[in-house]
Amino acid sequence: MFNPPYKKKNYIDLSGAKKNHPSFDSREGNFSCPSCSAWLSEAQKIQNNDFCPRCSYYFTTTAWERIYSISDENSFEEWDANLSTLNPLEFPGYEDKLAKAKEETVLSEAIITGTASIGGFKTVLAAMDARFMMGSMGSVVGEKICRAMEKAIFNSLPFIIFCCSGGARMQEGMLSLMQMAKTSAAVGRLNDAGLLYISILTHPTTGGVTASFASLADIIIAEPGALIGFTGPRVIQQTLGEKLPPGFQRSEYLLQHGMIDIVQPRLEMRSLLIRLLNVHQGGNHA
Amino acid sequence: MPKNKFEFEATYKLLESKLDELKDLSVKLDCDFSNEIASVERRINQLKEERYKHLTPWEQVLLARDLERPMTRDYIKLLFTEFIELHGDRLYGDDPAIVGGVGLFCGRAVTVLGHQKGKDTPDNIIHNFGMPHPEGYRKAHRLLLEAEKFNRPVLTFINTPGAYPGTQAEERGQAWAISQLLLCLSKLKVPVISVITGEGGSGGALALTVADRILMLSNAVYSVASPETCASILFRDIKRADEMAAALKMNASALKEIGIVDEVIEEPALEPLQDSPVFIKSLKHSIKKHLDSICSQNIPELLEQRYLRLRQIGKFHE
Repeated sequence: MFNPPYKKKNYIDLSGAKKNHPSFDSREGNFSCPSCSAWLSEAQKIQNNDFCPRCSYYFTTTAWERIYSISDENSFEEWDANLSTLNPLEFPGYEDKLAKAKEETVLSEAIITGTASIGGFKTVLAAMDARFMMGSMGSVVGEKICRAMEKAIFNSLPFIIFCCSGGARMQEGMLSLMQMAKTSAAVGRLNDAGLLYISILTHPTTGGVTASFASLADIIIAEPGALIGFTGPRVIQQTLGEKLPPGFQRSEYLLQHGMIDIVQPRLEMRSLLIRLLNVHQGGNHA
Repeated sequence: MPKNKFEFEATYKLLESKLDELKDLSVKLDCDFSNEIASVERRINQLKEERYKHLTPWEQVLLARDLERPMTRDYIKLLFTEFIELHGDRLYGDDPAIVGGVGLFCGRAVTVLGHQKGKDTPDNIIHNFGMPHPEGYRKAHRLLLEAEKFNRPVLTFINTPGAYPGTQAEERGQAWAISQLLLCLSKLKVPVISVITGEGGSGGALALTVADRILMLSNAVYSVASPETCASILFRDIKRADEMAAALKMNASALKEIGIVDEVIEEPALEPLQDSPVFIKSLKHSIKKHLDSICSQNIPELLEQRYLRLRQIGKFHE
């Protein structure tokens, strides 16, 4: 079975957590919840499905975990894994960043695409991974999404994507920005073919990804508490000095403002997708 | 790192002020300095031309943002024989950061859309510095569907720092409004031409730049994010914006090279764009040339080409 490459990094703040929560024994746990700083051991974290038992915060999960958590066993077949990123603008430091991301994540880019069945329904499935340069969209991410959508059209399959991204990738400049237009145009073809498109927005989905394919789905689902928006809250606060309302840009807030269809807990995602696929196909599935 | 256009213009601005003094003096003393005046004028023009040939990427950004450049409404006045502005998104409001309407271009009925910046601070407050709210994109969306209904080609003029980074813009679904506009333009059954006239900033610019032909003025810029935003994202240090301006390859010639822009329209160095009949004529001629060419294509073919044009953008190894 799949063994995720966990790493102790970024989201661990030893000193702060110790101070705030003396009741949690730091010798036992090696993960601190970024939201409430509670301590969990690796075993606890896996047992809880990357979910903080204290404050219900969702730990960042990986693209592979998402794929395995919703698809039928051994049904996923990966596509276009060999597409690799270049440095077309010769942007300083890009190669180093890519190499580091590849080494840390054991991924070739910020997205995995392929085909899988979910509860017996055949689908095209894609999942982005925030650990790879913040899940940012450059040429390869855009290309893999378009190819997957085109294969969905060719095979008449529903298209499902887990979004998770900081937006367009700075290091590929305009080529990244144009991926927004490119993926949106591919959604247009998916629509013309009359195929179901479900996008699942997870923490965080911002910038050029939210403003392109992610928000163009027939059904938009979000995980609880996920940050979803165009401009990130830090930039809004910095540029305008505006105080942000509580819960701003979180899933529940977007549901209230009419931007998404459903807020669905991670553990119940698979069952919801199966129900949606079933209804979409007329409810005749055995 | 200069903060505005005037700082890098300082070399010849000083000469220009001295020249004015000399002109004053010649009137006051009733002397004929016309030879001297002509020679200083020649020298200033030489300096100017030389300066504009060797702008750094950051200076190009400052020039593209210059408020003395013509804005969308100016281009409409200069290029169209008739224009009627239309307002509102029919959902929430009217966004002064995007101008839209119908007009006549070289005897052809067209729908016009463009970002509008102000000429000075009070004017800029009205137009929100050319940064659209969701209403702006939705107004554009509505006018695009109307253009399709009446089979009118669409011209868009791009000049915006980007989408508005505010709470209300987010609340009203800024990302949704932009993506829907991208989708709409990618399938719109009429020819679309975009002209990047000043600052093409991020998603706010892209939303009106999905087109069959993209033209760009030689001193305009177009980028994934402003150099300041890029420096802030990558280094959390806005002072490295000039470095990012170079790294992002955001000027017209670089974008022509990677195939995002079809034609670069040369700007004159010595006079303001709106005062240069040569520039206006060449801009008009280019738009007309491309419009004639795409209007003669049948629509399914045009849409297939528009899709392929987008589809092939990206550099990777396989």
